[in-house]
Amino acid sequence: MSSTSKSPWLLHYDGSSCNGCDIEVLACLTPVYDVERFGVINTGNPKHADIFLITGGINAQNEKVVRQIYDQMPKPKVVVAVGICACNGGIFKECYNILGGVDKVIPVDIYVPGCAARPEAIIDGVVQAVALLEKKRSKYKKEA
Amino acid sequence: MRFFYMALYLVLAPFLGGLLAGLDRKLSARMQGRKGPPLFQPFYDLFKLFNKQAVVVNNVQDFLVVGFLIFIIFTGCLFFFGGDLLLVFFALTLAGIFYMMSACSANSPYSSMGAQRELMQMMAYEPMVLLVAIGFYVSTGSFSVSDIVRSEISNIAYLPGIFFGFLYILTIKLRKSPFDLSTSHHAHQEMVKGVTTEQSGGILALIELSHWYENVFLMGVVGLFIVNADWRSYLVALPVCFLTYFIEILVDNVFARVKWEVMLKSAWVVTLIAGVINLLILNLI
Ligand code: SF4
Repeated sequence: MSSTSKSPWLLHYDGSSCNGCDIEVLACLTPVYDVERFGVINTGNPKHADIFLITGGINAQNEKVVRQIYDQMPKPKVVVAVGICACNGGIFKECYNILGGVDKVIPVDIYVPGCAARPEAIIDGVVQAVALLEKKRSKYKKEA
Repeated sequence: MRFFYMALYLVLAPFLGGLLAGLDRKLSARMQGRKGPPLFQPFYDLFKLFNKQAVVVNNVQDFLVVGFLIFIIFTGCLFFFGGDLLLVFFALTLAGIFYMMSACSANSPYSSMGAQRELMQMMAYEPMVLLVAIGFYVSTGSFSVSDIVRSEISNIAYLPGIFFGFLYILTIKLRKSPFDLSTSHHAHQEMVKGVTTEQSGGILALIELSHWYENVFLMGVVGLFIVNADWRSYLVALPVCFLTYFIEILVDNVFARVKWEVMLKSAWVVTLIAGVINLLILNLI
């Protein structure tokens, strides 16, 4: 394990979620789950983040925002879609303003299903994201 | 011997500073009923940041951040070398200016707001920092750190008010709540990360490193109040430094962030009451 996998910093963005998944994401930070044990920090800043945690689907308004946040994140980076809404639109899929899941605008690496996704599932998603981050880092190092 | 202390600071400060930061996070987590990250977490973070892509906003920013690091190291080296306390504090201010300017240079509302608040913080703590230097001069007759450590009794006996005032502004300097206005170690602030919003990758790592150097230097100033000609005083100074840091962590976890007016006014009131009265009494006796 290198330092990258020991220090994954998250950026949490709320797409058009019902806030159910967001509460579960925040629950991960509470004493019960305490993801900071693994060095996870919830940064509010794309430029500091390694993992882009996004809840809720993409709508006409936040499409540009999501893309911009993704572009602002320095490499290597991993995207985790949390909740079924973020995976493919979920219950809001048929709405006129919803374009679909997060992968409609940016490449998603990890899908965490559930409505709402449970904190255990989210943590599992983050752990897998960390492993992927590690792979991407070695690739990034080679390119650089 | 003086060069030896300086070299010691140069080499050991990053480790000490990193450990202090790790201890800080561990203790904070404990105070919040969490388990917290491993003690070496700040080092993992630092190495990770060095391995990340640095999104360069502009070239000036990189230059300013490097300037910040260099002047912080200069400040600490001068202090542990036993140099002039006034010069030490002026170098510290210069480093602070570099830090603030690096945030100013980016074209982002969050980082420029952070820079403005940083300036406000400097305004709040700077008078007290100067009083510390003057206080030491009045009580020992010298600005030189190497003379101050050779005084007969610990200077805190003459400077209790100034010591208290310094502890008060230390909260600002260590960027602890309630005075973590310009940037915060904790998640989500109303203006993203304030000063460090636009800094990423290796550049952010350099800032972290500078803060570690800075924190060790600040603990050195705390220790300066305690040490005297007797070598045993150093054994007392060490626990006092740790206790100070512990109190800062406690304060950080207990208080919510205040508005800048409260910070500025309270810092100046404390400076005026604790610092100036202490000086006056010292001048009378
Ligand atoms: S997956 Fe369920 S809980 Fe999560 S945002 Fe969608 S509707 Fe809400």
